[in-house]
Amino acid sequence: MHIHRLEKIWLGFGLVMLFVFLAVLGVAAFAMGIQPPSPHHQMIDPTKVKETPPFDQPGIRQVADKEYEAVMTAYAFGYAPAAMEVPVGSTVHFTVTSSDVVHGFEIPGTNVNMMIEPGEVSQVSHKFTKPGEYLILCNEYCGIGHEMMATKLIVK
Amino acid sequence: MDLAKIKAFDSRDGALVLAHILFAFFALFLGGIAGLLQSVVRGGMYTLPGGIGYYQLLTAHGVLMALVFTTYFIIGFLYSGVSASMGGKLLPVVRRFGWTGYVFMTVGGLIVLIMILLNKASVLYTFYAPMKASPYFYTGLALVVIGSWISGWGIFKQYWYWKKTHHGKLSPLFGFMAVVTMLLWQVATIGVAVEVVVQLIPWSFGWTEKINVLLSRTLFWYFGHPLVYFWLLPAYICWYVIIPNIIGGKIYSDALARMSFLLLFLFSIPVGFHHQLMEPGISSFWKYVQVVLTFMVVIPSLMTAFSLFATFELNGRSKGTTGLFGWLKVLPWKDVRFFAPFMGMLVFIPAGAGGIINASNQMNVVVHNTLWVTGHFHLTVATSVALTFFGITYWLIPVVTNRVLTPRMNRLGIIQTILWCVGMFFMSGAMHLVGLLGAPRRTAYTTYGDTPEAVSWMPYQAVMAIGGMILFIGVLLMVYNVAALLRSQKGVTAYPLGESMEPEEATPRYLERWGLWIGLSVMLILFAYSIPVMQMLGPMVPESPGYVTW
Amino acid sequence: MGTDSQRRKKGQFGNEPSLKGAFASVMLLGVFLLVAWVSVFILFLSRQ
Repeated sequence: MHIHRLEKIWLGFGLVMLFVFLAVLGVAAFAMGIQPPSPHHQMIDPTKVKETPPFDQPGIRQVADKEYEAVMTAYAFGYAPAAMEVPVGSTVHFTVTSSDVVHGFEIPGTNVNMMIEPGEVSQVSHKFTKPGEYLILCNEYCGIGHEMMATKLIVK
Repeated sequence: MDLAKIKAFDSRDGALVLAHILFAFFALFLGGIAGLLQSVVRGGMYTLPGGIGYYQLLTAHGVLMALVFTTYFIIGFLYSGVSASMGGKLLPVVRRFGWTGYVFMTVGGLIVLIMILLNKASVLYTFYAPMKASPYFYTGLALVVIGSWISGWGIFKQYWYWKKTHHGKLSPLFGFMAVVTMLLWQVATIGVAVEVVVQLIPWSFGWTEKINVLLSRTLFWYFGHPLVYFWLLPAYICWYVIIPNIIGGKIYSDALARMSFLLLFLFSIPVGFHHQLMEPGISSFWKYVQVVLTFMVVIPSLMTAFSLFATFELNGRSKGTTGLFGWLKVLPWKDVRFFAPFMGMLVFIPAGAGGIINASNQMNVVVHNTLWVTGHFHLTVATSVALTFFGITYWLIPVVTNRVLTPRMNRLGIIQTILWCVGMFFMSGAMHLVGLLGAPRRTAYTTYGDTPEAVSWMPYQAVMAIGGMILFIGVLLMVYNVAALLRSQKGVTAYPLGESMEPEEATPRYLERWGLWIGLSVMLILFAYSIPVMQMLGPMVPESPGYVTW
Repeated sequence: MGTDSQRRKKGQFGNEPSLKGAFASVMLLGVFLLVAWVSVFILFLSRQ
């Protein structure tokens, strides 16, 4: 098959560019730990969420200096616990599951954005360096009250 | 062109083609009404009357635009080109396949639409479990898919017959590309068929109690990514095979065109995880593997870009233009049969750029489930593909109805194309920007209790509504144009099939060794999916009951 | 292969036609892809 010299150069450029993107993404993911959410597989019976630790006691608790774990449940149409507060400069590890349908978990303006699925536990961590009231919203259609499904994280 | 030599399109084939095209535009019209309402509701300009829900409209919009308009237009267009390029007339058995497929799809589609209107299936066109719609919704979907298979088998049959009666000859390019398109569809729909028939139908009828949610989503997205290539490939057929004829040029490289289609076939299927990058239950490793495979599917589009520019440039040089961009001057800008698809090509540049960003593994966090994604696919399918399909309509309806495209119709077509581009610039542009700010997709009007972030999104959503209104006028004009084409001046229009610049011998025959390419596809799918899917199965995996949350 | 296609193919390098315009066009496309990707990547990093 004949390929024009300039087409070979173009495709070479394209391949190199794609390869560089993949290398950057790969290094960030596997060498620097900047990867998609929920890297660890953890299953849960979605009909027994309220009885299964730690989701039997949703809430935010300190686990180390400037480190918190937020154990949360998503449901149609809200999150438990209802409101949370952490001091500024804290890293929060969000551990979330759903007790009914698939939901989203997004904090606009941050890289916190993940799917919450019944039967699975989702995890993402974020360091809150600026104070404020952070909106946590559901960005996966879950029913008639979907647009009202949100909560807040207050960083003081 | 010697008018006496133009062979009229076979009238029975024409009826089959027209039935598909007209139903497609009927769906576009209904889907457009839904889209308009959605945009003004989210723009804060209108409250829906009681009795119709935002998510009901959204389900209808997705099904009508992304499943009905597309599939019907594609099958109609492919049948037309298969008839024109491979025999000039379809075999009677092939026409029967075509009509049978049409009946199955239409019966199934009407059942689906009725369930949506009855608010028994407000689950959006992705119908994610464990939201549980009416079992008739899923049954209707199954009928649509089965109908589309039957239509595909008709195309395979006509191709097989042509090959048998032209022993040793290279197949016509349109026919080859139509076969790749329907082959892609056949392999891709296996996923959604298993999801619907094995999981959703028994569960929604109550024969099984619970469902494996992660598996159902994985089966859907195994289908959902190649679905967009099912939409794109027919647009590529127009760009590769039809446009050279329209501009008075020739097809640049028949061989590379076929190769690009085979690469699209191979690499558009084993990549569904890039729609699931934010999900639990799939390891970072396998997400990354499928991201790498996704980036491979960019290559045939880069090849296509070069081929198209080369076609234009060589066309210009053969007509005496010089310099780097002189070829732009001799392109038929005032001909809607060129202008509309060309705008589709141009818009595919930002569309494709967005796609690469979306697929970029952890970078997807920035855009997942935001309005950026909605902006992206309004560029890809709703502009690049849709405008190309609109451009095709201006010659296809005349061809199959023995009419001509009049200068007046052509002018209306140019206006419609410009309206579409302006409306989409505002709507999709605003969607991309507000999506980066975090505004969610698939969400009715809300400010989350007047939260400052959500309030800051409203101006963008107002611009989206303005774009939506302009686009709706574009829909109305297109529907008018279709109706007017049906009553246009009588005459004979030739089917605008392009000719290759190169002789047949320049195309290697391994490009038609279907066993090889299907085999490679199966291997890639098994490689990309076997292990992660096995980790989703088994007796220890918890399943979910159904919920009706609307 | 006839004289027609041979004439069309006669370019700077004799054998291959001149496709400098096509090359310039795709390179512009490529730069657009690069700039778009890098911009979003920078946004991603800034939110990390």
